[in-house]
Amino acid sequence: MNPLSVVARTVCNLFAWFLAVFGIYVIIHGHLTPGGGFQGGAVVATFMAFLLVAHGGKKMQSWVKKDIFTLMECGGLTLFISAGLLGMSNTFFYNFLAKAGGLFGSAVPIGPNPGALNTSGTIALMNLSVGLEVVGGLSMILLYMFSGAHPEESLGREEAGHDR
Amino acid sequence: MIGNFPYLVVGILFVMGFVGLVFEKNLMKIAIAMSVVEAATNLFIITLGYRSGGSIPVWTMAGGGSSRMVLPTPQALTLTAIVIGLATTALMLSFVMMIYRHYGSLDVRDVRRLRG
Amino acid sequence: MKARIFFLISILLVGGLLWTGLQAVHPFGIPGETPMDDYFIANAQGEAAANNVVTSIVFDYRGFDTLGEGAVLFTAVISVAALFRKRGHN
Repeated sequence: MNPLSVVARTVCNLFAWFLAVFGIYVIIHGHLTPGGGFQGGAVVATFMAFLLVAHGGKKMQSWVKKDIFTLMECGGLTLFISAGLLGMSNTFFYNFLAKAGGLFGSAVPIGPNPGALNTSGTIALMNLSVGLEVVGGLSMILLYMFSGAHPEESLGREEAGHDR
Repeated sequence: MIGNFPYLVVGILFVMGFVGLVFEKNLMKIAIAMSVVEAATNLFIITLGYRSGGSIPVWTMAGGGSSRMVLPTPQALTLTAIVIGLATTALMLSFVMMIYRHYGSLDVRDVRRLRG
Repeated sequence: MKARIFFLISILLVGGLLWTGLQAVHPFGIPGETPMDDYFIANAQGEAAANNVVTSIVFDYRGFDTLGEGAVLFTAVISVAALFRKRGHN
């Protein structure tokens, strides 16, 4: 896929980082404001799609490989399952960190209040892990479908002799 | 009758998507119609949980609206449904790409062989 | 001509079924008795220690459904990766 014009590339270089920062904000503050893991992960994947469309496939494949996103996705799902298994003394997915005083362990005053980031136990850990998984998964879908639609533009593989 | 307007919109969207799913001949239009049916279903689940005069079910900086909040459970179920719809659409579009690469046309009447 | 009659009959049938079904839903904005959601709104700050009731439902009260959703997303990504393999990939 060819890169777009100079105007589109300059606007992408200026404004794509707002998408990344906003997406990470929505993931981290999932237990205080509307949002959470899935929504913030979709916003950060939109950042990847923006870079892919504006700069073209060749530059994108020289910046990122597919292995980083595989690692992010598998690491996210493993972290999610282990956060559920660690509370196994009561039930599966028991919130054992809430109000316990350690990491993410403060209590919340009842009623309307300005939120504090240190609260809500395993919910915050699960937000981060699901955010990682969604970013890795959606970016991998994008990169695989792109390399399937343009099979002659991938780097580092001998493509001569294909009959498709 | 006019107070139940969201349910009418859900019905119209569903019928439009269903008609496109059954009577279209182009594979891309079938994929788009399936996406419209999923959108109608998610809209229906969300509008079931509305309480008139309510605010969002979040306690951070909740002002005077904390006396009535809308129901939070349909919103939680719709999150899962949207992600599943995304997975279905991604796989459907990948299959359409592979069919086009193999058969050379996107017409659903040409894709009839059982063993390619 | 036959196709048009079939088309109209199917639209009327599906539309009629939906119309009959949607009459039985409660009027928009008045959900009636909601004991489960009242419990969630009243006790989410005490038990789950989170301000956002929807996130505490998705990850604490119904965390098992979210595990299933993570599995569905993972399966979709693996299926797309398996479809677009190059030939001769050992």
